[in-house]
Amino acid sequence: MKYDAEVKISLKKGMLNPEAATIQRALALLKYQVENTKTLQIIKFSIEGDSEDIVRQKVDEMCQKLLCNPVIHNYEIGIAPED
Amino acid sequence: MKVAIIRFPGTNCDRDVYHALELAGGEPEYAWWNQRDLSSFDGIIIPGGFSYGDYLRAGAIAAITPVINGIKDAVKAGKPVLGICNGAQILAEIGLVPGVFTNNSHAKFLCRWTELKVKTTRTPFTSMYSAGDIIKMPIAHAEGRYYNDEIQKLKDQDQVVLAFEGENPNGSMEAITGVCDEDGLVCAVMPHPERASEVILGSDDGLKFFKGIVNY
Repeated sequence: MKYDAEVKISLKKGMLNPEAATIQRALALLKYQVENTKTLQIIKFSIEGDSEDIVRQKVDEMCQKLLCNPVIHNYEIGIAPED
Repeated sequence: MKVAIIRFPGTNCDRDVYHALELAGGEPEYAWWNQRDLSSFDGIIIPGGFSYGDYLRAGAIAAITPVINGIKDAVKAGKPVLGICNGAQILAEIGLVPGVFTNNSHAKFLCRWTELKVKTTRTPFTSMYSAGDIIKMPIAHAEGRYYNDEIQKLKDQDQVVLAFEGENPNGSMEAITGVCDEDGLVCAVMPHPERASEVILGSDDGLKFFKGIVNY
């Protein structure tokens, strides 16, 4: 069975996000006053697997081995049967 | 002293490091990312550049290539390993040194000379300096801000190698810009000693990094 996987990577709470800070300042130049700007990274792919649980476990391994750095990142995994 | 200079797609300081190692009296040789066995070398340097385009995070993709196994074996065998700039980011990604080098606090690429304080001389690379020496070497990075959630442990274990003196250009924790592992054999520095290896370049303060590994 084929699944669509989505990994959403964010910085841990309290980590400085210079990209978000720069975007927020640029929005302010356009007179948009916003707060708590964040940037996140989303990685999507399709993957073959016997069940949602097995696929989730595999994607979790990918996060720990490559996609995220546990020192600074949190991640959320979304798995759904392919459309 | 036969020293491997590791090349990844996107490495661009390899030839500078080769030159600096020759100046220091070493025998440099290039090794590619897919070379699993580095046992014929006495030491390893991972030079700077933009391996794999800095995709995902600086150093993240280089950190899973076959040559990393060779580097880990060399560390187990007690051989010295130095990562410079992108090489430092790679060593942090592998976890051979603690912490992470991430986006500069002001979100821009910094390429300039800096003054640095040598914090420990127990690594082979800093063994020819005196603790407290102020040296001049350039930085060139967008992801060089050092972050570590166990900073006290790092200091207690004498793992801080270099710190910016005066201005802290990238927002690093406690101005730290060079760290080593617990044994002091694996060293990761953001500044470029090879770009400060001859007076004609503006400083030869960095040459002792290479003399240190050659004399180890």
